[in-house]
Amino acid sequence: MTSEKKTSSVMRQIDENLRRVYQQDSSEEVPDRFKKLLDQLKSKDNGDEPQGPK
Amino acid sequence: MSEVKDPRDELVEHLGALRAFAMSLTRNSAAADDLVQDTIEKAWKNMDKFQPGTNLRAWLFTIQRNAFYSIRRKAKREVADVDGIMAAGLSEKPHHDGRLAMNDFRKAFEKLPDEQREALMLVGASGFAYEEAADMCGVAVGTIKSRANRGRRKLAELMGLDPDEDPVIRDTTNDSVISTSHSRQS
Repeated sequence: MTSEKKTSSVMRQIDENLRRVYQQDSSEEVPDRFKKLLDQLKSKDNGDEPQGPK
Repeated sequence: MSEVKDPRDELVEHLGALRAFAMSLTRNSAAADDLVQDTIEKAWKNMDKFQPGTNLRAWLFTIQRNAFYSIRRKAKREVADVDGIMAAGLSEKPHHDGRLAMNDFRKAFEKLPDEQREALMLVGASGFAYEEAADMCGVAVGTIKSRANRGRRKLAELMGLDPDEDPVIRDTTNDSVISTSHSRQS
């Protein structure tokens, strides 16, 4: 039998729920604004004028 | 040619994680996205300071938490009760499962002090090692551990659970429940 060192099942469930909250939030679809932002930053770096859509 | 990836190209893979972390910090989805935007811009500008081969996500999270605390310090000066307002804007998602009710859990989580929420998010949720989390927050490992543990206990308390007990919550999950005949002595 595993000797639990005071990690009660409540505490383990709490961690499990934390992971779940995090997973739910991080797997949400990322809004376009962020991809646009990255594109803008990239084209600025390349010394381009802000480019229209490819 | 060794293929060293430009970390700039990898940013996109961390957007989801950044949003989740931002959400836990700000507790408000509009504020979270503004924070993510701020983080990306700062990261981009400082990319030369990133050491290739180290953990990009940890680096980004560090930038993000610093940005959050500096915004918050400013906001505190302007708004009396940031917390109340932020907590009110929380997005709710119905999620049915047999364990702790997720909405209750989220609400309880949001009531934790910043530093406990952050510690739990880093070590409990995103799976960073205590050492990494300590680095990211600029505190000792022991501090992170105790914040995380206080946070867990506080969460249990807010959920009306005894942190030392081995209860059957909702009574459906027997998997992974180790029975330590830990009967509460009342």
